[in-house]
Amino acid sequence: MSKPQEKPDFFDKPENISMMLKVFYGLCVFLVVADFIVHRHIYHSWENIPAFYAVYGFIGCVMLVVVAKAMRKVLMKEEDYYDK
Amino acid sequence: MISSLPLLPPFLPLLIGSIAAIFLRGHLRSAIMLLAPIWGALQLAGLEHGIYWSMDFMGYQLEPVRVDKLSIMFGYLFHLAAFIAVIYALHVKDTLQHVAGLSYAASALGAVFAGDLLTLFVFWEMLALTSVFLIWARRTDRAYGAGMRYIIMKVLSGVLLLAGALIFIKHTGSARFTEIGLDHDGALSLGAWLIFIAFGIKCAFPFLHNWLTDAYPEATPTGTIFLASFTTKVAVYALARGFPGTELLVWIGVTMACFPIFFAVIENDLRRVLAYSLINQVGFMVVGIGIGTSLALNGAVAHAFNDVIFKGLLMMTMGAVLHMTGRINGSELGGLYKSMPKTTILCIVGAASISAFPLFSGFVSKSMIMSAAVAQGYDVVWLLLLFAAAGVFHHAGIKIPYFAFFAHDSGIRTTEPPKNMLLAMAIAAGLCIVIGTFPAQTVYALLPWEATYQPYDITHVLTQLQLLFFSALAFVWLNKKNLYPPELPSTNLDADWLYRKWAPSYIVPFYLSLVDIKEKFGKWVHELVSAAINSSYDREKDQPKGYFAQLWPTETMVAWVAILLTGILLLNYL
Repeated sequence: MSKPQEKPDFFDKPENISMMLKVFYGLCVFLVVADFIVHRHIYHSWENIPAFYAVYGFIGCVMLVVVAKAMRKVLMKEEDYYDK
Repeated sequence: MISSLPLLPPFLPLLIGSIAAIFLRGHLRSAIMLLAPIWGALQLAGLEHGIYWSMDFMGYQLEPVRVDKLSIMFGYLFHLAAFIAVIYALHVKDTLQHVAGLSYAASALGAVFAGDLLTLFVFWEMLALTSVFLIWARRTDRAYGAGMRYIIMKVLSGVLLLAGALIFIKHTGSARFTEIGLDHDGALSLGAWLIFIAFGIKCAFPFLHNWLTDAYPEATPTGTIFLASFTTKVAVYALARGFPGTELLVWIGVTMACFPIFFAVIENDLRRVLAYSLINQVGFMVVGIGIGTSLALNGAVAHAFNDVIFKGLLMMTMGAVLHMTGRINGSELGGLYKSMPKTTILCIVGAASISAFPLFSGFVSKSMIMSAAVAQGYDVVWLLLLFAAAGVFHHAGIKIPYFAFFAHDSGIRTTEPPKNMLLAMAIAAGLCIVIGTFPAQTVYALLPWEATYQPYDITHVLTQLQLLFFSALAFVWLNKKNLYPPELPSTNLDADWLYRKWAPSYIVPFYLSLVDIKEKFGKWVHELVSAAINSSYDREKDQPKGYFAQLWPTETMVAWVAILLTGILLLNYL
């Protein structure tokens, strides 16, 4: 179905992707810097840790993926496992 | 105009619509099906708070329709959901699906307006019986099996509800469905627990959740939209009505919010990813109900409201992908943004909403529950919910759009889905943004409990953005390091393994041995009877040995009859 003469799209060009990622990294840095400038309300003592949410989000997601990958070793079966 | 219409129970307009769908075809059917939810919502606007059509039934007061702030909020929500789902399904020719979809929505309305436990039970069962046809309508072997397992769980839930309700009604002397709670003694405690578990099955409590992840992804592309909107939300309503402030719910809810995200990360079927994510979102609501403060309860029902729309939107975009490509596995998709750019954008709106980006609907309701958890000193719960919120973004916010529309180009070239599908998705996406941007004028205006909450302050926005951006950063980093688990064609074992593989591995041999024993016993009895017959039968003369069992010539019979008649004649003269 794919047309051979199809022009490469915006997302097909690696330079566009790397530019988008640079903007994204910039925003991440900005959010951490903002943490030191803006006065946040503190509802919980852990929130005193600088950039608590950023650190927690990053570590949480890495943990999530690492654990989920490990779960595959035990839980993953072939696609027609229940049909047999 | 509204007041001039006759007052009807809230479920009736949709039920009439579904009956009309049986007989009508073409544009007329479409028009009636679209009008039914609009008529229903207008009808609802005309209902004052109170109890309608109450009647006596075997000495108990039944209240088939109770209108208050809580039921009316779900009432509007279900009309809205039905309207969107009907638009999404307009191109479908299958009468079964239209009838099942509308009568299912009508049952959900009946359940949330039920003022007593018996009426609730009736609609509870109707929810199950109508919705299962949306699964079977896929007409595949897998859908048939999943539908069977679905209906068994649902009927079990109904039976438990009826048993619990009967115990409760007998011991309290009232059939009213109001706060139940778990703090009771004796039989009443049993009744309360039975009702709690019945609600829990429909709410997809851990270990009771697999009917959802099993059946929803096997339903038709349009049927799943109905399914994702009603059953679990009726259960959330029932828990909010019956068990607010039950602390156990906090822990059940936080488990529901956390464990499905692990499964969602490794699941290949993208609609099943969304099914796991549905349990995760319901987990937030259950936590809110368990905390039980006005803010938490408001957060729970507001999140239910928003979830129906954004989860519906995500399900619709994946349904569109399935409808157009015939495929739904992440391992087979990718690069679809080239041929389905509008669907891609709509999917991203849904993803942003479920991930609770500021200005999108999830943000204004999820943060209420989180704030309530912190305010009530549930520190661990708050941390786990924060983890779950990051995880949602990871699997529903990034994984769904990324693997369907971007990632590696699968080479699939298709077109945008039919216009009605696009319109339904656009309405849902619009609502996500409007609710997220103007919560006070939309969802907050419907909230049943008194509590003031302001989602938009610099702290909330900044912390939420940090959480989300760094979750995304984790995704980028893992992908760059090739640590992200690839999408693989697979089945992941979950609690349903117990009844789909483990139990059958014991029950089937047990059943076969029972069949064997029955056959052997039958043979033994047969032999015993034959032996008894043989012992009283003379094979040589080919006649029974017993005197009375022998065959007699007809003449003997005639002679005996003559003797008897003579006897009677003689007696007559005596």
